[in-house]
Amino acid sequence: MSDAHAHAHEIDVDHHVRIYMRVFAALAVLTVITVAVAYLHLTTAAAVALALFIATIKGSLVACYFMHLISEKKLIYVVMVVTVLFFFFELLIPTISESINIHAR
Amino acid sequence: MSAAAIPYTVEPRPDTGLNNVKIGIWLFLASEVMLFGALFAGYILLRVGDPGFGHGSEELSIPMAFVNTLVLITSSVTMVMAWASCMRRDLGKFKLYMGLTVALGGCFMVIKYFEYTAKFHHGIFPSTSTFMAIYFTLTGLHAAHVLAGMIVNGYFWLPGAKMWETNWQQFTNRVETSGLFWHFVDLVWIFLFPVLYLLPVPYAHP
Repeated sequence: MSDAHAHAHEIDVDHHVRIYMRVFAALAVLTVITVAVAYLHLTTAAAVALALFIATIKGSLVACYFMHLISEKKLIYVVMVVTVLFFFFELLIPTISESINIHAR
Repeated sequence: MSAAAIPYTVEPRPDTGLNNVKIGIWLFLASEVMLFGALFAGYILLRVGDPGFGHGSEELSIPMAFVNTLVLITSSVTMVMAWASCMRRDLGKFKLYMGLTVALGGCFMVIKYFEYTAKFHHGIFPSTSTFMAIYFTLTGLHAAHVLAGMIVNGYFWLPGAKMWETNWQQFTNRVETSGLFWHFVDLVWIFLFPVLYLLPVPYAHP
């Protein structure tokens, strides 16, 4: 590897590190907000929606930047899309089937 | 190199554009999503179906979980810095950041230990309620993942770092891969914290 090439590579890593620090700050602030909204005494539905909304933002930051999902190859995205699809299916099926059972009784 | 060396550990496969390690860890993480997803589905079903669900969540220590959230987020940053140090070919910094990552994982486990023992001293066990059952199951499974990540990262921090001299590129890939697992464990906790500690009891006024 030439010196110029090595140098260019290093700048790229420095750019990454600056992003990591910003993500770190954002995650810390969002964690404080997560706890703060829990003391607002919102209705249950609003509290659940807001908590999941903030957690989704935090999770996306971790996945996109720390796990480099923002610049991955296509095949990884395919795996993720299939996973997310099955994940929501898995999350909702027990509750949906239970509510169908309740109505059938 | 043995005759049966696994191909494409470092160089990308022509058809996928990725090395096999990257594909492997993401497929594993996909299976992990389904594992935790099943328990989250159980949580939703219990929450929706049990009028008394959530009683006991006010017994949990929000300050301890808050600190643990910050500990895990910080450990994700030190993990990614350990990888960045590999990319910069700075072994000293790598050792520092990887050591910090393992130590922060240990810090999380110690706080979790105090949380658990405080519950046990107050006579609160998984059998106490459906909420406590799902609380101990989810956090216990998550803590097992933290422990597993600490073992893998601990290996790369100390004995595994020998590969730095023989195959730096593959070592860097290994650190990135164990990092992907570690960030996933952090990501799971980001959802566990509000869901278990912060959400109000569904039917507080029956």
